[in-house]
Amino acid sequence: MTAETMQYAYYPGCSLHSTAREYDLSVKAVARAAGVELLEIPDWNCCGASSAHVTDPFLGFALPARTLAQGEEMGLDIMAPCAACYGRLMAAKEEAHRHPDFVRRFEAASGRRFSAKRPVLNVLEFLTAEKVAPAIGAAVKRPLSGLKVASYYGCLLVRPPKVTHFDDAERPVIMDRVLETIGATPVDFPFKTECCGASLGISRVDLVIELAARIVEAAKGAGAEAIAVACPLCQTNLDGRQAAAATKRRETFGLPVYYVTQLVGLALGLRPAALGLGRQTVDTMGLLRQKKLA
Amino acid sequence: MPNLKSPLQVSGGPEQRRFLGDVDAMAGVHVEACYQCGKCSGGCPLSFAMDYQPRQIMRLIQMGLADEALASSTIWVCATCFTCTSRCPRDVDIAGVMDVLRVMARRRGIRPGDRNVGVFHRAFLSSIRRFGRSYELGLMIGYKLGTLRLTEDLPLGVRMLAKGKLAIFPAVAKGRKEVAAIFDEAEKGVAADAVKPAGAAGKGGSNQ
Repeated sequence: MTAETMQYAYYPGCSLHSTAREYDLSVKAVARAAGVELLEIPDWNCCGASSAHVTDPFLGFALPARTLAQGEEMGLDIMAPCAACYGRLMAAKEEAHRHPDFVRRFEAASGRRFSAKRPVLNVLEFLTAEKVAPAIGAAVKRPLSGLKVASYYGCLLVRPPKVTHFDDAERPVIMDRVLETIGATPVDFPFKTECCGASLGISRVDLVIELAARIVEAAKGAGAEAIAVACPLCQTNLDGRQAAAATKRRETFGLPVYYVTQLVGLALGLRPAALGLGRQTVDTMGLLRQKKLA
Repeated sequence: MPNLKSPLQVSGGPEQRRFLGDVDAMAGVHVEACYQCGKCSGGCPLSFAMDYQPRQIMRLIQMGLADEALASSTIWVCATCFTCTSRCPRDVDIAGVMDVLRVMARRRGIRPGDRNVGVFHRAFLSSIRRFGRSYELGLMIGYKLGTLRLTEDLPLGVRMLAKGKLAIFPAVAKGRKEVAAIFDEAEKGVAADAVKPAGAAGKGGSNQ
């Protein structure tokens, strides 16, 4: 990494190319504005979450290993905005030490080398990285004053702590710090790290509606006007299932669920369309207009 | 790792102890260290939908009751959120154990205790095997056909298509042959495990 241009190997993962396109757009827009170059890993593949590791341990290891190996070939640290991808990449690095036979089998099957040594960053580590954070702080043009946001971390950024080594597993604060940097008001709430149900959002909708209801109602009860997330599955479940959750609770929620990078981008003066605002299910623009932030 | 100089007495005969040993070896844990405090179950966000609490699953393993554990809905309702693993005072990676039980259930041909979840995993992996990347629309169609839940979520699907959140055609990784080779290697490993004597699965072998 040179002092002039900061570069990361970028692993969008499948969701950022489909259901979470606005996350991809906003991550790239924020990186550009902060003078960081994200070089997409050329032939990345699906990390397998959350099916491979429940089907076969080697498969759960080898799918993320193939993408990591390509990042190593690029000679750059790897940035993975999707929390599920990040969790699987970190797990593969850990498993490489526990299962040398997995590494051997992977290298034989893929023809690649895998050292499991390159750092992998999640989006919050990226936004608060030593060289990135000051660039973002200096680029804030439109602080999100008066916007009360609950930061929702979900599971895989913080757990298991022995694998992710990120923030506090029970009471993380890094996203709250990012929100402060961009002038928003973080709202503490007790469901920061409760699970949204992840891929059960497809196979057990009934369960995810209940989990989403608990999280959104806790955020709203704590006085939040919006929720910030750093994971496509969290976003899809809290946003896409919010109306059903409100019906179940006989409540109206109406809490927009923003990717943290959309809020950062807004504070950097980027256009809402460039950040993919408007793609979410719960209206994301009304609140911003009301607060004169867009 | 907890002190295991005087592990809990494990009931049952060699067959029962073999199941415990296999789970321990595959997950790299000591399930016998669990002293049933219930912290895992208290914190589990999905325990309300499980037939056995996570704590009870640990006990079933200690007692060697493989059939009950492997046919439970618990192992399929578990979302692998790692709350249990993070909080366990005995350092049992409970979520990792759930993964191992799902793998074992599949290898033994036990029908998933939650049918939809099983169909979802199969549809998802077959899309990755073919394209190297997940193909959401194809996955949804495969899942719908597999479960016959044809109309559930139709409005959501239509809305996502309209917002450009679902691609019509699959994205394909150039190295999809390499990805397929990884799948083949995984299957070879399963076949190799199957011919080993029972109790020798995974690293470390059994505890006998």
